[in-house]
Amino acid sequence: MGRYVIRRLLQMIPVFIGATLLIFLMVNVMGDPIAGLCGERQCDPATAAQLKREFGLDKPVWQQYLTYMGNVFTGDFGTAFTGQKVTELMSTAFPVTIRLTVVAIVFEVVIGITLGVLTGLKRGRPIDTTVLLLTLVVISVPTFVTGLLLQLLLGVEWGWIKPSVSPEATFSELIVPGLVLASVSLAYVTRLTRTSIAENRRSDYVRTAVAKGLPRHRVIIRHLLRNSLIPVVTFIGTDIGALMGGAIVTERIFNIHGVGYQLYQGIVRQNTQTVVGFVTVLVLVFLIANLLVDLLYAVLDPRIRYA
Amino acid sequence: MRGATHAKWAACAAAVALAATACGGGGSSDSGGGGDGSSVLSASWGDPQNPLEPANTNEVQGGKVLDMVFRGLKRYDPKTGKAEDMLADKIDTTDSQNFTVTIKSGWKFSNGEAVTAKSFVDAWNYGASLKNNQKNAYFFGYIEGYDKVHPDSGSQSATTLTGLKVTGTDTFTIKLTQKFSTFPDTLGYAAYSPLPSTFFSDHAAWLKKPVGNGPYTISSYTKGSQMKLVKWDGYTGTDKAENGGVTLKVYTDNNTAYTDLMAGNLDLVDDIPASQLKNVKSDLGSRYINTPAGIIQTLAFPYYDKNWNKSGSEKVRTGLSMAINRDQITNTIFQKTRTPATDWTSPVLGTEGGFQDGLCGDACKYNPTEAKKLVQEGGGIPGGQVKITYNADTGSHKEWVDAVCNSINNALGNDKACVGNPVGTFADFRNQIGQHKMTGPFRAGWQMDYPLIQNFLQPLYYTNASSNDGQWSNKDFDKLVDQANAETDTSKAIKLFQQAEGVVRDNMAAIPLWYQNGSAGYSDRLSNVALNPFSVPVYNEIKVS
Repeated sequence: MGRYVIRRLLQMIPVFIGATLLIFLMVNVMGDPIAGLCGERQCDPATAAQLKREFGLDKPVWQQYLTYMGNVFTGDFGTAFTGQKVTELMSTAFPVTIRLTVVAIVFEVVIGITLGVLTGLKRGRPIDTTVLLLTLVVISVPTFVTGLLLQLLLGVEWGWIKPSVSPEATFSELIVPGLVLASVSLAYVTRLTRTSIAENRRSDYVRTAVAKGLPRHRVIIRHLLRNSLIPVVTFIGTDIGALMGGAIVTERIFNIHGVGYQLYQGIVRQNTQTVVGFVTVLVLVFLIANLLVDLLYAVLDPRIRYA
Repeated sequence: MRGATHAKWAACAAAVALAATACGGGGSSDSGGGGDGSSVLSASWGDPQNPLEPANTNEVQGGKVLDMVFRGLKRYDPKTGKAEDMLADKIDTTDSQNFTVTIKSGWKFSNGEAVTAKSFVDAWNYGASLKNNQKNAYFFGYIEGYDKVHPDSGSQSATTLTGLKVTGTDTFTIKLTQKFSTFPDTLGYAAYSPLPSTFFSDHAAWLKKPVGNGPYTISSYTKGSQMKLVKWDGYTGTDKAENGGVTLKVYTDNNTAYTDLMAGNLDLVDDIPASQLKNVKSDLGSRYINTPAGIIQTLAFPYYDKNWNKSGSEKVRTGLSMAINRDQITNTIFQKTRTPATDWTSPVLGTEGGFQDGLCGDACKYNPTEAKKLVQEGGGIPGGQVKITYNADTGSHKEWVDAVCNSINNALGNDKACVGNPVGTFADFRNQIGQHKMTGPFRAGWQMDYPLIQNFLQPLYYTNASSNDGQWSNKDFDKLVDQANAETDTSKAIKLFQQAEGVVRDNMAAIPLWYQNGSAGYSDRLSNVALNPFSVPVYNEIKVS
């Protein structure tokens, strides 16, 4: 187990370097960011040259990358064009997005798995068909449609919520955005759980458990659900990273100032430091979430061994 | 294991309960207060692109804050756009080159420090100095000694401008490198604001919470999210704030801001999304304002490209201009938030200030037959196709460029005469322009820095000027601008500028498209809302009930 974790951690290094390098190059290809800072006019050459020097943009790309990576390892993610440290931006953006992700994941787990179990056990019944149809609708409607619709209905027409989220972005304000963000994944979780449950229901260990005379809820939760959760956990694990980085649309609709907002701002302003910094952290989140998922397998199914 | 299972159920139940109560606790209102002049209004905002220093702010979002927090020597009247004395008691000159400024005594910064001549001189020296990376440094370019503190290349050899001298607590002198009669009228621009000594002694703290001498003070500033400004009771000027304060909220998407306004969650939106222009009148009625701003959109041409700079090219350019149906495009795409342009300045200048309605004449009127004839006479379109380059990330540029191209194609009877050429980001667009990579006309928007005809001509069409992106050069034009700047009599100077504008017209240096309006919508709590010629709301005059 220990060796497995160490090996996985070592594997992360090339992935990490490759991902950051790719992002770095991509942002660089977009061209000189300084030109966009002076509005509809040419920056005066002296100021432009000095800004380039200060941001290290006058050096060749490989040298910029090395300097950047060197700084990252000392905890310095550079400075955005607004004069703010990227670490400062992160410290305000990540807590908000993490809260949003937590809300979304809670929805996925609670509603998704519950519905999945319900439909898996009642396969073919009306409730199963209804939920399946509903998930199909949710999957096929793009997030921004659900988002704008809910915002208009709940926020403007009925006045239940505020259409936008305040800078504090408390949990209660994030319920609706979280639901919107989770909606598509939620449908997938339901479907995954349903299939898995339906399949395992007929397996030998379930029959044994029933034959032993165990109470029904114990059979379902301890034996059936635990074994059926492996594909679901994989999905939710990778989804954590996707939700954190992919909340750009949701964050824009509800005016949430999280990671998506900073990334959008960074891309529009071609701010290499912001974009690479945030993506680097997201890459780390992805890698760690995946590792945790792999380790969770053993907890769910003791037959799985790591070598 | 039974215990663990129970715990799991408990957690789930708690989560559901949490979600349910939170759902119910949503739509409570925040804005309190009631009495006259003490209520706070909330307004939409965008994250300023640069640190909030006066000489470093060159876009509207940062400009909004500076307009509330600072007052300079002059201020442009929100209605007429005329430069009027604010802190300046008088600005004297005999030769349009040496100026003596006397400031009114008694003005204070909100931290209690007095505003003196030194506050101005120090601020201007800071703004001009190369080492401070101030993006508006070129505003000080006319002052003597600028080439020393801000050389085009190499390091600076001085830290202060020799053309600025403090001669008393309330007086200082300015010496320019050339005659510039309308120079005092440029001093209303935010870059010329005075700065308190704390700006220099503790710069980081100042940036966190800027301190100025305007009608508002900043009570809290969360970068990237919101800024709370409150009325400053100690303000010395006559234009005191008529509300208790303004809370600026950052919106990534102006659609969300508009939705918030509809839901009563926001009081003022100063950027109505293009997609809502159709509904805005029925949604807001009289609470929607649409007034001219000092912005003109043109199509500029790459004169560094020989194909666009040969004899006869001006006929092609004029032909293209006549092929654009401005009325139709401004009516359908912009819902009358833009007005077809008939000269190269802006109606906010007023006829007194140099605006000439109809100067462009027939060359700006839609006339397909004449357009076709002129393009043919001029030798046809270079390369057989016009590519209009624009940035696709902001504004609704794609819509109008496509419409302009359609109009040209229809007029010339050729489906392939014109296509749009989108560039992904604004920075890349500016970059390609800076590297002279344009092969055809490109989008050029100009927002005035100060309401003077000089500002619409010199930076855009003077040889090698800062925003002369197409590198147009004309000796007659340059000569007339020089003469106009040297002319001490303002009305004569404006006449000369208008003559220079005539040169622009005769050569069709750039195709004028339309004047842009500022638009805003507000909640029924507000009254007396107006936009100034810079399309910034006049916050201090807004009344909240």
